[in-house]
Amino acid sequence: MNPFWKVFLSSLEFIFMQRNSQEKAADVENVPPVISTPHHYLISIHRDRLFFVSVIQTEVPPLFVIEFLHRVADTFQDYFGECSEAAIKDNVVIVYELLEEMLDNGFPLATESNILKELIKPPTILRSVVNSITGSSNVGDTLPTGQLSNIPWRRAGVKYTNNEAYFDVVEEIDAIIDKSGSTVFAEIQGVIDACIKLSGMPDLSLSFMNPRLLDDVSFHPCIRFKRWESERVLSFIPPDGNFRLISYRVSSQNLVAIPVYVKHSISFKENSSCGRFDITIGPKQNMGKTIEGITVTVHMPKVVLNMNLTPTQGSYTFDPVTKVLTWDVGKITPQKLPSLKGLVNLQSGAPKPEENPSLNIQFKIQQLAISGLKVNRLDMYGEKYKPFKGVKYVTKAGKFQVRT
Amino acid sequence: MTDSKYFTTTKKGEIFELKAELNSDKKEKKKEAVKKVIASMTVGKDVSALFPDVVNCMQTDNLELKKLVYLYLMNYAKSQPDMAIMAVNTFVKDCEDPNPLIRALAVRTMGCIRVDKITEYLCEPLRKCLKDEDPYVRKTAAVCVAKLHDINAQLVEDQGFLDTLKDLISDSNPMVVANAVAALSEIAESHPSSNLLDLNPQSINKLLTALNECTEWGQIFILDCLANYTPKDDREAQSICERVTPRLSHANSAVVLSAVKVLMKFMEMLSKDLDYYGTLLKKLAPPLVTLLSAEPELQYVALRNINLIVQKRPEILKHEMKVFFVKYNDPIYVKLEKLDIMIRLASQANIAQVLAELKEYATEVDVDFVRKAVRAIGRCAIKVEQSAERCVSTLLDLIQTKVNYVVQEAIVVIKDIFRKYPNKYESVIATLCENLDSLDEPEARAAMIWIVGEYAERIDNADELLESFLEGFHDESTQVQLQLLTAIVKLFLKKPTETQELVQQVLSLATQDSDNPDLRDRGYIYWRLLSTDPVAAKEVVLAEKPLISEETDLIEPTLLDELICYIGTLASVYHKPPSAFVEGGRGVVHKSLPPRTASSESTESPETAPAGAPSSEQPDVIPTQGDLLGDLLNLDLGPPMGDEPEGIGGPNFVAPPAAAVPANLGASMGSGLSDLFDLTSGVGTLSGSYVAPKAVWLPAMKAKGLEISGTFTRQVGSISMDLQLTNKALQVMTDFAIQFNRNSFGLAPAAPLQVHAPLSPNQTVEISLPLNTVGSVMKMEPLNNLQVAVKNNIDVFYFSTLYPLHILFVEDGKMDRQMFLATWKDIPNENEAQFQIRDCPLNAEAVSSRLQSSNIFTVAKRNVEGQDMLYQSLKLTNGIWVLAELRIQPSNPSFTDLELSLKCRAPEVSQHVYQAYETILKN
Repeated sequence: MNPFWKVFLSSLEFIFMQRNSQEKAADVENVPPVISTPHHYLISIHRDRLFFVSVIQTEVPPLFVIEFLHRVADTFQDYFGECSEAAIKDNVVIVYELLEEMLDNGFPLATESNILKELIKPPTILRSVVNSITGSSNVGDTLPTGQLSNIPWRRAGVKYTNNEAYFDVVEEIDAIIDKSGSTVFAEIQGVIDACIKLSGMPDLSLSFMNPRLLDDVSFHPCIRFKRWESERVLSFIPPDGNFRLISYRVSSQNLVAIPVYVKHSISFKENSSCGRFDITIGPKQNMGKTIEGITVTVHMPKVVLNMNLTPTQGSYTFDPVTKVLTWDVGKITPQKLPSLKGLVNLQSGAPKPEENPSLNIQFKIQQLAISGLKVNRLDMYGEKYKPFKGVKYVTKAGKFQVRT
Repeated sequence: MTDSKYFTTTKKGEIFELKAELNSDKKEKKKEAVKKVIASMTVGKDVSALFPDVVNCMQTDNLELKKLVYLYLMNYAKSQPDMAIMAVNTFVKDCEDPNPLIRALAVRTMGCIRVDKITEYLCEPLRKCLKDEDPYVRKTAAVCVAKLHDINAQLVEDQGFLDTLKDLISDSNPMVVANAVAALSEIAESHPSSNLLDLNPQSINKLLTALNECTEWGQIFILDCLANYTPKDDREAQSICERVTPRLSHANSAVVLSAVKVLMKFMEMLSKDLDYYGTLLKKLAPPLVTLLSAEPELQYVALRNINLIVQKRPEILKHEMKVFFVKYNDPIYVKLEKLDIMIRLASQANIAQVLAELKEYATEVDVDFVRKAVRAIGRCAIKVEQSAERCVSTLLDLIQTKVNYVVQEAIVVIKDIFRKYPNKYESVIATLCENLDSLDEPEARAAMIWIVGEYAERIDNADELLESFLEGFHDESTQVQLQLLTAIVKLFLKKPTETQELVQQVLSLATQDSDNPDLRDRGYIYWRLLSTDPVAAKEVVLAEKPLISEETDLIEPTLLDELICYIGTLASVYHKPPSAFVEGGRGVVHKSLPPRTASSESTESPETAPAGAPSSEQPDVIPTQGDLLGDLLNLDLGPPMGDEPEGIGGPNFVAPPAAAVPANLGASMGSGLSDLFDLTSGVGTLSGSYVAPKAVWLPAMKAKGLEISGTFTRQVGSISMDLQLTNKALQVMTDFAIQFNRNSFGLAPAAPLQVHAPLSPNQTVEISLPLNTVGSVMKMEPLNNLQVAVKNNIDVFYFSTLYPLHILFVEDGKMDRQMFLATWKDIPNENEAQFQIRDCPLNAEAVSSRLQSSNIFTVAKRNVEGQDMLYQSLKLTNGIWVLAELRIQPSNPSFTDLELSLKCRAPEVSQHVYQAYETILKN
């Protein structure tokens, strides 16, 4: 056995774990990430219905392993477009080659997608055709340029005809709203994702109108921390392609606006096999923007057999097996608030359910960062050309729950 | 065209076909064949028969093919060692390839082939690669040293690779530094004694510089390595902390947690008054909270660690209660952890919010979670007194829901609330009794029975209730049976008239019909108690109970400190020291938090202690004209108050009169009888504290011929000073008297000094002077200094002596376990003092019993991989408690080394308690 820890990612294990998990499909989510067996420890992550497992024999930081496994899954996603059993089977050789590059004897090697792509070319139909004709391989035979430089995340010799730098400011509101409509807990999880296609070695700096909002931030390694500390400017030489520049958290209660409210009344009558269900959604603190893409999901109690509801807009489905009610609302028009009401059929003779279902709400607001964060300007140094620049804002619901 | 086709061949002669393809001339065909071989290997088919054919493909300039062949080699070399040798030449050649990628690949693969014969050939290429001009090759070679060390440690040491590896720590490339650190850490882990990572301020500085520049994984290795370093003072600790804090903003959660570990550890060295300390506390909260917004797996590990951090430094997250609120779709393992932390953070300030949340959780679907939520409400009641009432009413609301498991859980916690706040909430008993029938779990039944028994006098039909349980007595679990037995006895003691029959019934059930020894024994004890002395029975059974402590399931303080050093590792997830679960018996180094530096004056280090010899052996004669002795000079030293100048025995005896033996058994009176008495005093010490041999306190030449030697003893609660007076002068001495100066613990003679006969020249008399501790108190320096004046017919003499502190350890110094935990936590860390006792000739058992006889009581005992930990308490005559933790590690077969940590609200006694320990254990 390997002395440190070793990642076994053979398809065999995937299939094995999957088969196991299908037996108790409902509990997949609840498999604890660290499991002890008589001789080993298993650290696993669960992504897209796959388990990535690593087997460990000695003391090791579990977060290290979990982070690494997520990185592996990200890489597969990146290479194969999806991270599924089929994708992995279809590309088993590349999977092997990738893992070889990513890990040596428990020491992570190259985990940056920029470097990996220089070492191992992602599969494309065209390339596999070309390879089979010319006999060339998809493994690069030169040392990746970024591997040892002080900026390991960027490869050298990048060239584009159109130079572009786009930033997406995406904010998700995590909130728990109690029965009476007051906010128990709310915070904003924000990220700035970048898509940078710039030739050469551009040195960017991004400044904000209101950088004070950002007091709890995690940075991509490319960002110069000192500059941020002193001037509150994000200064960096970007990786090539798509990456997450920063993620941040805004938690102070008064800054977190709650853009929707829900009026609800869910009641079950004692000793009768039916109940009433009535929810209405309305806008609140939406900064004048339209709220769209609203979906409400409710896990109904086990005794609910069926639901007969009428939506004023959108459509709803109720899955009698999983007891999940999904209402696809669309967007809110303030003139006529969307509502969903009707009857709930319960299993006859069963006692009235004790638990109150929570409503899970999804929504989206374009062109708005709910925290108020605004990019001021983006400057580029080190290269001569003029890039296209753009910033997009979007606010979404994260884990947005309304208790009833 | 995808790779999945490789999995589909299941034909018979597959191996033959592959063999043919592998030997094909066409490169493309070869490659396809190797891919098929790898795919078969993956699904567990044995393709080892193809070994020579695959190895033949190794000599190629196609990198992909080379990699695949290497992959195959790593898998099968072990089972085909002889054939693996064939590959050696290619490896050696590849190690000299102009392409650094190939050099690195070759050295890396060779390290993975665990065949002894190959490792011999590996050394030369590895040596070259460690000094390669290309950093990519160097960093790969660094890892290879660790691999090789695992296969053949001796070889690595002989070849001097370790030194080369240490040199790499100063490499110019940060990635090489990081890998060298990682390799050294791994090697050091298997050789805890070797001083591989000899960290000093210079190397630390290099690591900190590399930290800023290397990859995220390298940062983790470096941070973990930094955490093992102990800075020399608080300034160095602070400067390291300052350079580590930027890592808290890293996107990789493992980097963040490793940085938290370094900071938590070094913070221990910083003084709390420092501004920086507060800044650091503030900086720690946001990254910890951010970890909770990551994937559930990361959350789980983060929560387990936060649980430790919250116990060690609650102030960090005290304002962040809300982030631990549970979302209904969190995985259950996350929910349970969050709940645990919520209770730890609960305080008067946030209790209302917490309770509202807990009540919400109690209506959730998941049974385990609901139970834990209900239990949590009870824990809040016990922890935050102001909230107790609200908690009780919340619990009553929950009982009204009649959900079976909720009711049962609620009753279990209400029992604890009754214990904590006696005579406050008994009004709810009626409601509880209504739910008697629905209880089907042993714990809930036992709790309910306890309540009925405890409050029998307030429940009119207590006898009926208990009787109803009695019907199915034998079907109950032991827990319930024991509780029922006790409850009925309690009931009988409270209402003897109506319940005689019931108690007889339960006693006979317990003693005659049960084959459970616990139950039977308890039954017999009650029976005998009741039949011999009902009054005593009442005192025993209805005795007042000690209060239960606020915090339950706290981690023991030393374990907690150790776990803080393991933040981010498996140990922190399991809340056990790594030695408790890591297999393989590798030596384990105990980590401990660094002590606060000398600049905070709290503890004296053992080195500064006086040579360590028992203090009573160092007599200290005070010069007669000392100004300091004003008090003593004014003493009224009249003749002894006992008016028996002749003694009971009369003057006829030549030898000192045996009849003059004072009531005290321990003292021997004359040289003729001393043997005999020595025996008795020897026996006596078994039941009393350790007695040091007598030492000369006052030499004859300083006291006109009177020599006084003595020692202190403590037996069965009484302290005495055993004196031996020798007359070395030429004249008879009479009229002895003694007096003490005021001293730290108020020691004073409890009776006058009685020397019954005049002391003739060259005669010796032994006297035991009973002492008490009600004299006047004045703090002395050193603390255990005692200044004594002795008078006789010639003059007044002064001397001072140091008494061993253990004579002040009282008999009721045993602390309750819970109380101990709470007190230990309560006493600030600055009050902790640590000492070493080397080469003690006793094992843990003997240590414990020896200390016990000197009134140092073992409260709890734990064994951690062969090391015994004793938790002990003792109380001084003036009511000061001293808590001790004693770690016993065997140093060689017959000796043990002890590590003593003392915590006390009056830290100045620690030094003396330590001396007492040493004296008791070494003699």
